[in-house]
Amino acid sequence: MIPAAFAYDRPTTVDQAVGLLAAHPGAAKVIAGGQSLLPLLKLRLARAERLIDIGRLSELKGVRRTAEGGVSIGALTTYDELGRDPLITTYGLMADVLPQIGDVQVRNRGTIGGAVAHADPASDMPAVLLALEAELVARSIRGVRTIPMRGFLRGPFVTAIEPDEILTEIRIPAPSGAYGSAYRAIEQPASGYAIAGAAVVVGRSGGGSGPLDRCAVALTGVGEMPYRAAAVEAAFLGAAGPAAAAAHATDGVTVGSDIHADRAYRAAVAAVEVRRALEAAIARAG
Amino acid sequence: MATTDVLGARIKRREDPRFITGGGNYLDDIKLPGMTHAVVLRSPYAHARIRSIDTSAARTMPGVLAVYAGQDLAGVNALPCAWAAGGVQNNLNTPRVLAIDTVRWTGDGVAMVVAETREQAVDAAEAISVDYEPLPAVVDAEKATAPGAPQLHENAPNNVCMHWTVGDAEGTARAIESAEIVVRQRIVNQRLIPNPMETRGAIGRWDPGTDEYTIWMTSQAPHVMRLLIAAFVLGVPEHKIRCISPDVGGGFGSKIFLYADMVLTAWASKQLGGRPVKFVETRRENYLATTHGRDHITDLEVAGTKDGTITALRVRTKANLGAYLSTIAPGIPTTLYGRLLSGVYAIPNIYCEVDGIYTNTAMVDAYRGAGRPEATYVVERAVDLFAREAGLDPAEVRRRNFIPPDAFPYQPAVLIGQAGYGLPYDSGNYRPALERALEMAGYTNLAAAKAEARARGKYLGAGISSYIEICGVAPSKWIGLPGEGWGAGLWESANIRMHLTGKVVVTTGSQNHGQGHETTMAQIVAAELGVPFEDVLVEHSDTQGTPFGYGTYGSRSAAVGGVAAQKAALKIKEKARRLAAHMLEASPDDVVFEAGRFYVKGSPDKVKTVQEVALAASVGYDLPEGMEPFLDETAYYDPPNCTFPFGTHVAIVEVDEETGAVDLVRYVGVDDVGRKINPMIVDGQLHGGIVQGVGQALWEGAVYGDDGQLLSGSMLDYALPRASWLPTFELDETVTPSPVNPLGVKGAGEAGTIGSAAAVVNAVVDALSPFGIRHLDMPLSAPKVWRAIHASEVQS
Ligand SMILES: Cc1cc2nc3c(=O)[nH]c(=O)nc-3n(C[C@H](O)[C@H](O)[C@H](O)COP(=O)(O)OP(=O)(O)OC[C@H]3O[C@@H](n4cnc5c(N)ncnc54)[C@H](O)[C@@H]3O)c2cc1C
Repeated sequence: MIPAAFAYDRPTTVDQAVGLLAAHPGAAKVIAGGQSLLPLLKLRLARAERLIDIGRLSELKGVRRTAEGGVSIGALTTYDELGRDPLITTYGLMADVLPQIGDVQVRNRGTIGGAVAHADPASDMPAVLLALEAELVARSIRGVRTIPMRGFLRGPFVTAIEPDEILTEIRIPAPSGAYGSAYRAIEQPASGYAIAGAAVVVGRSGGGSGPLDRCAVALTGVGEMPYRAAAVEAAFLGAAGPAAAAAHATDGVTVGSDIHADRAYRAAVAAVEVRRALEAAIARAG
Repeated sequence: MATTDVLGARIKRREDPRFITGGGNYLDDIKLPGMTHAVVLRSPYAHARIRSIDTSAARTMPGVLAVYAGQDLAGVNALPCAWAAGGVQNNLNTPRVLAIDTVRWTGDGVAMVVAETREQAVDAAEAISVDYEPLPAVVDAEKATAPGAPQLHENAPNNVCMHWTVGDAEGTARAIESAEIVVRQRIVNQRLIPNPMETRGAIGRWDPGTDEYTIWMTSQAPHVMRLLIAAFVLGVPEHKIRCISPDVGGGFGSKIFLYADMVLTAWASKQLGGRPVKFVETRRENYLATTHGRDHITDLEVAGTKDGTITALRVRTKANLGAYLSTIAPGIPTTLYGRLLSGVYAIPNIYCEVDGIYTNTAMVDAYRGAGRPEATYVVERAVDLFAREAGLDPAEVRRRNFIPPDAFPYQPAVLIGQAGYGLPYDSGNYRPALERALEMAGYTNLAAAKAEARARGKYLGAGISSYIEICGVAPSKWIGLPGEGWGAGLWESANIRMHLTGKVVVTTGSQNHGQGHETTMAQIVAAELGVPFEDVLVEHSDTQGTPFGYGTYGSRSAAVGGVAAQKAALKIKEKARRLAAHMLEASPDDVVFEAGRFYVKGSPDKVKTVQEVALAASVGYDLPEGMEPFLDETAYYDPPNCTFPFGTHVAIVEVDEETGAVDLVRYVGVDDVGRKINPMIVDGQLHGGIVQGVGQALWEGAVYGDDGQLLSGSMLDYALPRASWLPTFELDETVTPSPVNPLGVKGAGEAGTIGSAAAVVNAVVDALSPFGIRHLDMPLSAPKVWRAIHASEVQS
């Protein structure tokens, strides 16, 4: 398991990094924690003429509160760092998902930016960020732009990031009013990736004891990419109970099938995990 | 610790500090001057004709020293099959070191590159272009025997390697026809992929000065490898080959066998004028090209009376052997499977037929338990199916059919070899282990536990497995008789030298790859000689300097190798006693030995320690008339019988109806492995073994596409058990010393695996009984369980 030869750069600033990307159009690839890219290179399922190692760009690390009351996460922040940051674990779904991803080594090396940029159709974090209505910040020598999470994923392993761009930041908007969130998944036992994973955020915009009038549900592992389950959200806001709403988990989605789980099973457990996540989120919303 | 207490002590394994601090010396740690690196190019097709191989581009790549294809090794013989099925015709087909003309499984080696670095070799292998003409493939043993199936070998019509039977066909048929209850069930024992932590490899070095070969190998049986390479493959005499297994990081059987790379590296080293050639497989190659295990499709019929007496068991098995025969492949689903089908029960009529089948898949050979887990799974599923049909408690059916304790030695008819030589079960008392396990598991409160789980939305089930295994393989006379197909012995050896300072070096023909031999062999010898445990060093696994031994597998190292070590110690002691008598100026008959000290009967205050005697023997200037200097003795031990450990395991599971997920919530095991040399090591072996059986029951399984592509070809797709998925094992013991050997040991390396798969499956089936489910094939993955629940008409 030895990758094909590649050139290697280790820039020390984001400016240098995007400069290198621009200087080698189509030939350079960014490497962060390497947890997805390195196995592909070693199995020679992917090749890179040049790797730009952004692992030392400390400006891309860390979590901070934004002026608007949301949270900004540097793209290079690892799962492990996220899992130990109270700004993050205050989100119930983050506290649910982070300890479940991979193993200790993967969480020590794997970054949130890498997870989102890699866009594995069964990866957990994209669904979580969809449910949190996050925004992504991308930078190139052409400038900086903001991409809403909704619309960011374009297909399996395909995103809106351009080849000359680096993902620098993930922004989670401030929740309005009272809310609760949860993540539930059934895992494929070998890889640990989700056969079906459900991220749910419910809230009361008015706070207090008003009705739950906000609902965001996102699924991963089920279709060809993580998606917002609009039919579940609509049914829930239309006062359907968690079970009835969850029954719409795969409406309009082409459910995947592989050696681990066929279509019928995936669809069935998608609904189960959505219901369980809804129930947990509602309980947490108080 | 008093030296007399050392046998049976929970001593920490002395090899562990070096293993866990990076101080081990594994194959890939070995770096020799001038060493080169080999990479094997493997077929991407499961079945194809090789039209041509173009290596010209690869040859010119940087660092490349040579590229070899199958034709270049036409003068090297195919690898041998050392264990044909006994008493029947075997249509033998064994692999060449590199395929010529035709490839028969994805992973079949077609070319080898040798380069200055491994990186260069990998790059060059990519540059080899092979023109394949794909042929139709078949991966399933049943489909392979269907009319019109692709044919693998000319000499094996319908892809049948052999048809083997054991037992009484007519008597069994009569018993089944006249029985009050007959249950029939098809069960599949799925293919598994062994995953030792260290992948396999070899380093070959030919010495131009002496024309001798040294082959370092990740092998469980270096002596046997040397024998096979010399006698069958390279045509180089045995004394010109030295095989060394350095530290070996697990094997589970997959490292018993002769692999092409052991030969390729040695052969290539000679072509390259003596530069050492190293090959280390990748994990991907471990999945593709190292042997697999199990893979049986079985139709079983179990018959008996309404009151729960089992009167007959008939078993028809198709055993998938892969594309070729690995070293001992045919022996596994025959001798080591059919002959164990009586389990722990007095079943009067048993008949078993086995077809060994070729398919376009990796070779299948021994994997932890090797035939015995497959047999136990058949028997223990049959007992549960029968109990269910009879409406009886499975525990009660087991009690009723156990071989009673006064019936030992007990000779099951299926264990009488083809030449009429039988192996009786040595000793046993099965009921106490069952009762203790049931008590620990709270079996009498099962109904309440089920109700409590239902209240939480879960279905709880309990499963019992009362297993037996054949360990301490094997009496040479039994296994070596032509009727059993092995054609060799299975004795073991040990040498002991006691040096001038009283320190002891034991060399054993057994091979340590995780079993703790460096500790347990030292315990045996220290106890026998009455010397401190710390003073005994155990060396092994180098054909130069250790006596010939058949290696480590079949839970034989304590019961055969350990006894050889004890026997050598007894010889040392006897010589030392004669020398002590000389030193004490007494007659040898009057000298007694106690805890490392010799003295004249009745005068225990005037002693010669064994160390003092060793010194006298070493300096050797004052010895009794005719005595040779030095304490140096070799012993060979051929066991009079195998040993038969047994026990009962109980698994408790909970099933999530909505997702089909199975949670193993409790696991109880009561094992009887005879006397224990080191209970901590036995626990470790049991724990690991149980996990492997649970892994088979719930998660593991090789999946080939119909085209022969291995779809579960990595850890991303082949689920190995994780510690966090398992409960704490609750273990207890009964101890029935084996009368077969003076140590009273039976063997513990495979027991856990043999017992556990059936316990877990029986538990899941019990949990699912409200849905009318009576059987499910392993692995009991969540999707499979979910589908079964939702397909059943009987809803609770
Ligand atoms: C054993 C194992 C178990 C795993 N289990 C899980 C699991 O249970 N759930 C789950 O969701 N995931 C799992 N993963 C995947 C893991 O989450 C991702 O591999 C990891 O988060 C990716 O981050 P990275 O920094 O390692 O990315 P890398 O591997 O370095 O990069 C991945 C891809 O993203 C690109 N990239 C990385 N950073 C940026 C950036 N800042 N801007 C633009 N492009 C970028 C790279 O070019 C590359 O294409 C597992 C991985 C392993 C190895």
